[in-house]
Amino acid sequence: MTGTDYTFAYLDEDTKRMIRRALLKAVAIPGYQVPFASREMPMPYGWGTGGVQVTAACLTPEDRLKVIDQGADDTTNAVSIRRFFQRVAGVATTTRTAEATVIQTRHRIPETPLTEGQILVFQVPIPEPLRFLEPREPETRRMHALADYGLMHVKLYEDIARHGAIATAYAYPVTVAGRYVADPSPIPKFDNPKLSDSPALQLFGAGREQRIYAIPPHTRVVSLDFEDHPFAATKAAGVCALCGDDASYLDEVIVDDAGGRMFVCSDTDHCAGRRAAGLGPSAAAGAAAARPPEHRGAAAEAAVCAAAGPARAPVPPDPAGGQHPAPEAAG
Amino acid sequence: MTADTPLLSVRGISKRYGARTGCADVSFDLWPSEVMGIVGESGSGKSTLLNCLAGHLAPDTGAILYDTRAEGPRDLVTMAEPERRMLARTDLAFVHQNPRDGLRMGVSAGGNVGERLMATGARHYGRIRAAAIDWLGRVEIAADRVDDPPRAFSGGMQQRLQLARNLVTGPRLVFMDEPTGGLDVSVQARLLDLLRGLVRQMGLSAVIVTHDLAVVRLLADRLMVMQGGRVVESGLTDQVLDDPAHPYTQLLVSSVLQV
Ligand SMILES: [Zn+2]
Repeated sequence: MTGTDYTFAYLDEDTKRMIRRALLKAVAIPGYQVPFASREMPMPYGWGTGGVQVTAACLTPEDRLKVIDQGADDTTNAVSIRRFFQRVAGVATTTRTAEATVIQTRHRIPETPLTEGQILVFQVPIPEPLRFLEPREPETRRMHALADYGLMHVKLYEDIARHGAIATAYAYPVTVAGRYVADPSPIPKFDNPKLSDSPALQLFGAGREQRIYAIPPHTRVVSLDFEDHPFAATKAAGVCALCGDDASYLDEVIVDDAGGRMFVCSDTDHCAGRRAAGLGPSAAAGAAAARPPEHRGAAAEAAVCAAAGPARAPVPPDPAGGQHPAPEAAG
Repeated sequence: MTADTPLLSVRGISKRYGARTGCADVSFDLWPSEVMGIVGESGSGKSTLLNCLAGHLAPDTGAILYDTRAEGPRDLVTMAEPERRMLARTDLAFVHQNPRDGLRMGVSAGGNVGERLMATGARHYGRIRAAAIDWLGRVEIAADRVDDPPRAFSGGMQQRLQLARNLVTGPRLVFMDEPTGGLDVSVQARLLDLLRGLVRQMGLSAVIVTHDLAVVRLLADRLMVMQGGRVVESGLTDQVLDDPAHPYTQLLVSSVLQV
């Protein structure tokens, strides 16, 4: 072993061993939150330090890494994490889902179905799905230990009582392998079905809260619901203005300084792939740029657009609307 | 469960806090549909005993045999926690003195009542809500309050909501810790009437800890008087209150009569 091998992918060998042990335990007990000693990373917690540590512990020199933030490879967050690993691990990178061996993600699962041998690493802000109703950590630990999960349905009950439907649109809770209830991180509930029976290994890292959990390949993952209010993986009814797809998860993008908007695929690689294959906007999508009458701060948002590229505002997938996690809430 | 088996058979329960005695060598039987009152001053050990019975405290010695529906008498002290928790949310109930300790203050009244149903596998929203509304009615809370949080309720309503939340699964044994404590006298009277009605209708067994002899006079079939962690006298409620044998009970009864 040479000196460069020794510090491959930033973390020292002891830390990597510690994280890998936590990962192995997490894989052995699907959905169970394994504590680990989160390390200081050269980036703030909001930038996905949990995911970065998991990725760093998984990477080998032969890997090809993809990093996405809300489906896009080109956001500041995604670009800086990709550059970080290029620098500290020298691994190849890609934006193509199909070519990647390790994908670190914040808030999305790629549209392209994952395959055997791929690892999907989620950045997790709040790993504890029970915290909303039970803030006491010893009590939530006991509830997990005893599979005492009535409280999760109380949360969904409250949703329906208040909004007439299950309004939880992101971080929609799931039961993993019929045992542990887990928070799938703030992915839209549209992505929940992709968690189940995936050929890929799915790993979840929460840096600030120092927890790792996993969904091993081909594990059954069920979204919680009621018999008379069944789970539905809904999304905004719309068509991508760039590739014409009506089945992928869409973001609403501001296109001019007068509040004009259009829908585009949240998954930039998926959208680019379709366009490269010759697919284009349908007639309907061209007319999708609407102008909401009381659009607030259009000029300010346009300025942000100009400075940072398209402003992405994921569309609430159902009329009831859900809390969209604040961008700084990723761990 | 047979007619000649007590629902609860308490055998030699003791609990110490270091050098101090919580309760010492308490034994009694509670029969189906019987209400046992436990009275004494603060520090008499009545709350320690109740918390041992309810599984909130582990006794140092003794057995608490509960006549389970499936397997007959089982010791709650040595029962594995998953099983005890399941009993605690189906067959047993605990009514706290302060409704804040027994309710989820951030959850709607309907969600509070429905929680035990959901914890035991109910997965039909419409039926859970209907059961919650039915139970709100049985504790005299209007159906249109079903989506209100408990913090919007008066103290008496909160206590009635706590009853509904506990009774919705049809428990057989209810532990109550000063259930009327902290309420105005007129509110207390209404709650006591309601409690008495529910106990009779449902054929509930109950263990009620209180310092208020009027509460046990109204609700309890039998009475235990505790002093210094020990039971100093027990018997039928009227007998103990009207003709107390132990000097401490005499003092307790006479001090109430003077009020
Ligand atoms: Zn597209």
